[in-house]
Amino acid sequence: MSDFGVAFGSALNLIINLDSNLSEIVLLSLQVSLAAVALATAIGLPLGAALALYRFPGRASLVVLINALMGLPPIVVGLTVYLILSRAGPLGSFGLLFTPTAMIIAQTILVTPIIAALTRQVIADLWTEYREQLKSLGTGPGRAVPALLWDARFILVTAVLAGFGRASAEVGAVMIVGGNIDHVTRVMTTAIALESSKGNLALALGLGFILITLSLVVNATAYILRDAAERRHA
Amino acid sequence: MPRKQNPQPTEQAPFVLEPGIESRLLGNSKTSPSILPLELRGLSWKADGLPLIKDISCTFEAERRTIIIGPNGAGKSLLLRLCHGLIEPYAGKVVWHGANGRNPSRYQAMVFQRPVMLRRSAEANVAYALKMRGVQRHERRHLVEEALARTGLAHLAGQSARVLSFGEQQKLALARAWALRPQVLFLDEPTASLDPAATHAIEEIINAMHSAGTRIVMVTHDLGQARRLADEVMFMYRGRLREKAPAETFFAGPKNDLAQAFLRGELLWWRRRSGECRVDL
Repeated sequence: MSDFGVAFGSALNLIINLDSNLSEIVLLSLQVSLAAVALATAIGLPLGAALALYRFPGRASLVVLINALMGLPPIVVGLTVYLILSRAGPLGSFGLLFTPTAMIIAQTILVTPIIAALTRQVIADLWTEYREQLKSLGTGPGRAVPALLWDARFILVTAVLAGFGRASAEVGAVMIVGGNIDHVTRVMTTAIALESSKGNLALALGLGFILITLSLVVNATAYILRDAAERRHA
Repeated sequence: MPRKQNPQPTEQAPFVLEPGIESRLLGNSKTSPSILPLELRGLSWKADGLPLIKDISCTFEAERRTIIIGPNGAGKSLLLRLCHGLIEPYAGKVVWHGANGRNPSRYQAMVFQRPVMLRRSAEANVAYALKMRGVQRHERRHLVEEALARTGLAHLAGQSARVLSFGEQQKLALARAWALRPQVLFLDEPTASLDPAATHAIEEIINAMHSAGTRIVMVTHDLGQARRLADEVMFMYRGRLREKAPAETFFAGPKNDLAQAFLRGELLWWRRRSGECRVDL
């Protein structure tokens, strides 16, 4: 228990003293995870909605694949992106390896299936309710996608938050493609992994507390905003 | 029972639309050729191999209010959906004789038993329907305002559609249909869950739409409502059309013995089980 007390102390100490290293790490963590979630949302929402509304050969297999990819191991994604972005890889010429951009790419790949799979389920359920009315109004699947996404916006916040949770908590992918370079690609999770490996458990746990607090703040903000909007629109 | 004549659409001052909007964009029979008559030719529909609509043939002429009645499971709602094109027939055809190459679905609207409202304001729900029919944004406003005024919902225009009462939502569904100026309006038990006052309001709107030139085809379980609204009655039983007759003739004494039993309030399934049914099912 004393370890936890020391960890709390470390966390408070870091926050109170506004440690510049910590600020930098927190900022980069948020920057990478939020950018990845934004990209994954831009891809996953329409992809999930399209999978719910369109019927085409191989659709069932694609749905199973996307659902399975929700459990994609970050380390595998990291390795794959590493190979693609490394000098010898197909996108090696862009020089993106060990940059925050590479980390965003890796996390986007991790998060997109989560958002797409959850969106597909939400929109499929909504489509069951709306299908006849929208068809009667002359709305085909293509035009129904934005209408349904907009109507499901409050529920889809949860899908996006699930994606954010995945992005902010993973360490395997960002470690491999980012390299955990101090002041360049070090984020919360890689810093925690580093401090743990150095045996600095209290500091690692302290960073963990800060990460959890950040996640709580993001989720609470989303909840409050969603609740207020939902109240307004029933 | 005396049948109510069509009331005036509304006591409010007539709305002036921009010249040409109706004829350019919408399907009112006063401004564009009617897609009617509608002919059903040997229409059948199956669910999992089970025939639910069986060989229905009939014609819907213009300018009437047809009320479809029959017990639960008769196939009334399915027939509406087949007519409106929401489902495809297993066999037979739905022919809009007046369509002449036009897409008949653009000239129809349907109001469902449970109104489905988008999660946006009442006026935005009506505007969405117009948008789907290709009405330009600046032209939608007049039509939305008019439809809401005609249905008595002007004061709720900015309200979220989802917070409206069930009756108000059903009115809004009618406002949405009205804004489209459909030549044909299908209604599937629109007053099934409403109190008498709300039912009366809905019936007034339906009559007003009819007076404005919309052909009404409506399913109801409420025989009183059928008597109040119908120009023509269709009686269905177990997927078949058993009788189609002018309302006066039908309510004076239907020819079909099942329809007679239905009007007397007898339970038709019981008649059939007890072997009293005299028609081939």
